[in-house]
Amino acid sequence: MTIEWQRYAATGSHYDELIANGTGPRPAARALCEYLASLSDEELHERKTAAELAILVMGITFTVYTEGGSIDRAWPFDIVPRIIPKHEWDRAEAGLKQRVQALNLFIDDLYHEQKIIRDGVFPAEVLAQSANFRPQCVGVSPRHGVWAHICGSDLVRDQDGTIYVLEDNLRVPSGVSYMLENRVVTKRVFPELFGHQRIQPVDDYTLRLYDMLASLSPRPGDHPTVVVLTPGIYNSAYFEHSYLAQQMGVELVEGSDLEVGDDDCVYMRTIEGLERVDVIYRRIDDLFLDSEVFRPDSTLGVKGLMRAWRKGNVALANAPGAGVADDKVVYAFVPQIIKYYLDQDPLIPNVPSYLCMREKDREYVLAHLDQLVVKPANESGGYGMLVGPHATPAERKRFAELIPKDPRNYIAQPTLALSTSPTLCDDRMEPRHVDLRPFILSGGPPTYVTTGGLTRVALRKGSLVVNSSQGGGSKDTWIVDTEGL
Amino acid sequence: MLSRVAQNIYWMTRYVERAEDTARLINVNTNLLLDLPRTTTFGWLPLIFIVGAEKLFFEKDPHRLADETNVVKFLIGDRENPGSIISSLAAARENLRTTRDTVPQEAWEQINGLYIYARDHLPSRRGRYEFLRRVIHGAQQIGGLLAGTMTRTAAYDFVRLGHYLERADMTTRILDVRSANLLSHASQTQTQTSTPPQIAAPATQEEQDPFESIQWMSVLKSLSAYQVYRQQVRVRVNGPDVLKFLLQDEYFPRAVAFCLRQLDICLRKLPRNEAALAALAALRQTLNAAAVPELAREGLHDFIDGVQIGLGELHGQIAAAYFAH
Repeated sequence: MTIEWQRYAATGSHYDELIANGTGPRPAARALCEYLASLSDEELHERKTAAELAILVMGITFTVYTEGGSIDRAWPFDIVPRIIPKHEWDRAEAGLKQRVQALNLFIDDLYHEQKIIRDGVFPAEVLAQSANFRPQCVGVSPRHGVWAHICGSDLVRDQDGTIYVLEDNLRVPSGVSYMLENRVVTKRVFPELFGHQRIQPVDDYTLRLYDMLASLSPRPGDHPTVVVLTPGIYNSAYFEHSYLAQQMGVELVEGSDLEVGDDDCVYMRTIEGLERVDVIYRRIDDLFLDSEVFRPDSTLGVKGLMRAWRKGNVALANAPGAGVADDKVVYAFVPQIIKYYLDQDPLIPNVPSYLCMREKDREYVLAHLDQLVVKPANESGGYGMLVGPHATPAERKRFAELIPKDPRNYIAQPTLALSTSPTLCDDRMEPRHVDLRPFILSGGPPTYVTTGGLTRVALRKGSLVVNSSQGGGSKDTWIVDTEGL
Repeated sequence: MLSRVAQNIYWMTRYVERAEDTARLINVNTNLLLDLPRTTTFGWLPLIFIVGAEKLFFEKDPHRLADETNVVKFLIGDRENPGSIISSLAAARENLRTTRDTVPQEAWEQINGLYIYARDHLPSRRGRYEFLRRVIHGAQQIGGLLAGTMTRTAAYDFVRLGHYLERADMTTRILDVRSANLLSHASQTQTQTSTPPQIAAPATQEEQDPFESIQWMSVLKSLSAYQVYRQQVRVRVNGPDVLKFLLQDEYFPRAVAFCLRQLDICLRKLPRNEAALAALAALRQTLNAAAVPELAREGLHDFIDGVQIGLGELHGQIAAAYFAH
């Protein structure tokens, strides 16, 4: 039995990325859908097996923490790509550039004059209670005025097809290596599809990343020393750290490989002796970066690193303190932030948000816990969230107690009817909820947005949680030019 | 190149080589035992001394029986013995895990695969030969893969440093098995003071001689050296010539002199190599100056001890110059 898209279209009640309700495959997805329907069940199953094998052989893994230690798991991947027509993506891309530009201006302002607070657009009390504002960064001016060099913003689509920004990840967003590897796997599994369609390439990300990082170097010259700083092999994103270092051709270092000299410059220990480091793409959280300034018990970072950074002797990407804008309460203010700094309306809307710090909002949230998604301000990875409609009464009761105790720490949003995309589940094509994480690079070269991004898919039926640590998988994402089709 | 990465790569190949050579060590002793007359009293204990693990072996039980079962288990599958085959492969894998971006992906798959094979197939007496053969071949494959795919930068020099330093060390230890079991008859009349202590030669001179060349053959075979020896040395297999070949030959890749020459070539390409080169030069001089025919009669064990100490010093100089502290 091969795929019947008409029957598939009838099963979903949400906006589907590939199949329009009633009418069948969308224009950009037509070639893919016809091709998939031409395959027998066995052929489809073979492709799936081939993809699993490719992932195993390529060693694409992520690490999961369990009680027995950490284990490397094969990356869960669905072979059916998710497709976005290019004209739609162009608009999203412009919206992301606009957003990140405004956020960088906002961060820079917060560490300098705080004009946005003086002008009454952003409340001082939100900043005062921010867990990610770093007083140690006040007065520092990173090159190009950029703090969040690498930003991963999560996009979702609602019932009516509108794309929203769900959150901005400005600390150490991960996932880009999977975006790149997903494309490699798809090319191996469906090589015949790439010949006839205009699928935009994604491969130049690591070149762009390197150029951007090199542009941050405090020393003029053609060959700055760039390194990727990882917390080590037990970090869940270690695969990505090592992948990016390899692709950029730079060293992958751990904190113990670096030291800050008496001249407040950063050096790495090599077989030739000490070598000066110009740019550090750090994949370690702020608080572990420097035991002299932040957590004194941290052995992951480099003692004196903040001293070197403040003096401008080394560039850190992302800059320490950039996470101040990576806060779900700040998120709610982004439309105002864009208006304030750029005098523009946001090209991509926010998901409407209730701030529990506001009394009226809080009352509404507490009264509608069964309908809302409640998120703590500073968690990531989908942890500590309440998905109201799917929660047990006990879970709702717990949040009803948590929220009044620390209202600043919670926001709530309506449960979005996230869009779905056809996914191969037990050899049957079924709709599963997806989101999208594009990555935005800001620095010396013009702002760059990945072509599409990482599509994450909730593999469990009905589930909205796409995080790989919690049963999520991913898909290749195609931006397809339908012009003239 | 990062010091930490250099250190991990060096140890990774040392451990792979150690696993291979420990397998060869067990093979040579097995064969010796099969060839020797029943009346001989030596057995498996010398192996414990030769790998320098007597303290560890007797730590829990001073009266632990050093028989075939216990010793082989200790050398192959005992995780508490850091020099066992399984521990060596686990350590090689851990060292590579943190430097996967420096070596070709296939090398990781090979080492991971070999470790998993060893973990899941710890052998009984019957399956031992096949197991050891697989370990030796697996290690050879890893060496071949690295040689065939790694670009010739400093990383590859550290691959080779680890390889040849460990191999030189283990070849001397394999020779030591022989010295423990055969050459000692010359000093039997004297009071034995140096380890290994429980050494016994075949009961009488008459009984030993017919077996001597057979036993040297098995040493050569365990080092894949028999063919080459026959072609190059051309005389009847005998102790002094085998020793000379395995210690001083510059062309056979498991001979100590060959390993030292390779170490010299690698070190010369690295920066800050003065102290390590000096230690190596002293060692090469000791080796070349050795009067092998006399050694074959007396003092081989002490001489080998001296070479091993020299290798230890060389390692110390490499670590001081290049590794993280």
